[in-house]
Amino acid sequence: MELLNNLALGFGVAFTLQNVFYAFFGALLGTLIGVLPGLGPVATIAMLLPSIYALDATPALIMLAGIYYGAQYGGSTTAILINVPGESSSVVTAIDGYQMARKGRAGAALAAAGLGSFFAGCVGTIIIAAFAPPLTELAFKFGPAEYFSLMVLGLIGAVVLASGSLIKAISMIILGLLLGQINTDVISGVPRFSFDVPELTDGIGFVAIAMGIFGFGEIIANLSRPAEHREVFTKDVKGIWPTRQDFKNAYPAVLRGTALGSILGVLPGGGALLASFAAYTLEKKTKGNPGDVPFGQGNIRGVAGPEAANNAGAQTSFIPMLTLGIPPNAVMALMVGAMTIKGIQPGPQVMTSNPELFWGLIASMWVGNLMLIILNLPLIGIWIKLLTVPYRFLFPAIMAFCGIGLYTLNNNNFDVFMAAGFGIVGYLFFKLGCEPAPLLLGFILGPMMEENLRRALLLSRGDWTAFITKPLSAGLLLAALLMIVVVSLPSIKSKREEAFQEEG
Amino acid sequence: MKIKSQKDFWSGLMFVVTGLGFAAGATNYNFGTSARPGPGYFPFGLGILLAILGALILFKSLTVESEGGDRIGKIGWKPLGLIVLSVVLFGLALPRLGMIISLPLLIFVASLAGDEFKLKEVLLNMVILTVGSWAIFIKGLNLVIPLWPTFLGN
Repeated sequence: MELLNNLALGFGVAFTLQNVFYAFFGALLGTLIGVLPGLGPVATIAMLLPSIYALDATPALIMLAGIYYGAQYGGSTTAILINVPGESSSVVTAIDGYQMARKGRAGAALAAAGLGSFFAGCVGTIIIAAFAPPLTELAFKFGPAEYFSLMVLGLIGAVVLASGSLIKAISMIILGLLLGQINTDVISGVPRFSFDVPELTDGIGFVAIAMGIFGFGEIIANLSRPAEHREVFTKDVKGIWPTRQDFKNAYPAVLRGTALGSILGVLPGGGALLASFAAYTLEKKTKGNPGDVPFGQGNIRGVAGPEAANNAGAQTSFIPMLTLGIPPNAVMALMVGAMTIKGIQPGPQVMTSNPELFWGLIASMWVGNLMLIILNLPLIGIWIKLLTVPYRFLFPAIMAFCGIGLYTLNNNNFDVFMAAGFGIVGYLFFKLGCEPAPLLLGFILGPMMEENLRRALLLSRGDWTAFITKPLSAGLLLAALLMIVVVSLPSIKSKREEAFQEEG
Repeated sequence: MKIKSQKDFWSGLMFVVTGLGFAAGATNYNFGTSARPGPGYFPFGLGILLAILGALILFKSLTVESEGGDRIGKIGWKPLGLIVLSVVLFGLALPRLGMIISLPLLIFVASLAGDEFKLKEVLLNMVILTVGSWAIFIKGLNLVIPLWPTFLGN
């Protein structure tokens, strides 16, 4: 019954006029950036971070969360209508969704995606509410050694499940950890790597890094590629409502996708992207009814399953962030940053110290999902028009918002210059094929990791074996090691590369 | 010796150099002992670790064959230069010239980096974004941003 009481508290918070407004605004903005080309949730949330200084913590986080799951909805719209996934998690939706659109069944595809996502979102919300408290209890039993090992596992997990070269991704994490070392040492008070620049003694602003790499760096990368030609497939978006047969075909796929997505979302590095890929594979392997449209030619299950999975995954990826303070992906890393900006120390104590924030955020996700279905299905026409906005209007707008945001961080142009520098770094990473998301995770976790490592060593009197003699800590480290070994095995390695090939 | 993957070669080199740089920098700070780690302990260890991983990537790039040599390709100097320039100019201009001048400047220079530059569109973009930013950030969110140039008084 505690669950119900908690949810009641949450809905009480979420249904205040102010919070409903911010959930709506976040969902709207998320859909917008999901639809617009070349603008992802990471850059958008980074762009909005400065403005949350003006908000209370709860509405601010509600808004940011809305952007994240709103982007999943918006991304599927572009995937279906123009075969260009707005978000990476909608890549597989494009395969069958676009084929459905070409056969004049865009409406049914959009509805399957929307309704499937809504169902998954509802389940995801309940799962968070049910599993967050026990996990939080567990986290309280953690000492510094266990916390350190957990963070190692989280960071390793985040990269083994992502695409690209594993060793490069681990290097990027360490680079991020090192960038996080540019600060004033918390224990001794010595400024490190500041080169006598006073602004650097507080550390590099993570907004400057995020905007520089994900905002400016990505713009440079986009502009240096030849412009892509977008063909909008809008002629036949009518008859939104799917047929009875569609429902019958789609609902088992939605159930499977939701279950798979919920599990994968909790894993470090999981979240929406992995969930949608796995769900599509599962649907392909599941036998359908005789006379079904084959996959790749417009099977509705190929839309409903992955879409449900990516939304469920997006929801449940909040669990490690909310209960342990450990972000499983780049968006959650920004959420942790946002909490810190608002003076909330992320970690297991958030649930008891800020229950309104904790349960309000969870309840607002359900509210946000409801709004998204209203925003997306009846108003689809508006989003279709937006699809045609050319990038040359868009990127100066991103630059303008980033510029102003960077300045207002500290009312100082230092962060503006830092971000310009990280723009160059971001382009360099792009050119060298180094995925920047792990760097951001490392940067966020760096100071926390160092503190726990040093405290663990203090407690064990300098004995490094403490990390492997404590059973919980040893188990976590072993799991991290296992993950690396498993993905390095030649047979799995080729499978992994194959799985991400479709994404390319 | 032949480079078999350009991307890996240069990223490996980047990791080695930054790793060693951080490790060298960390020697300026008290290393402490394992029982009482000082401020230099963690960054030194991380720097060395990064350098080792970088060296592994470097080694791989020289030994393992990759498709088409994994070329880095042309560097987009024009967007790189102009985008960075526009941000730096904005940073320099904002405290002195105010948002009313620095924001259109940012948009103008950044737009030059695009493939297509149509003056009419860019001017329109400048006006809309400046007015919009004023409405959102200064009016709506009450953020302290200099609006007018300092030489105009207030």
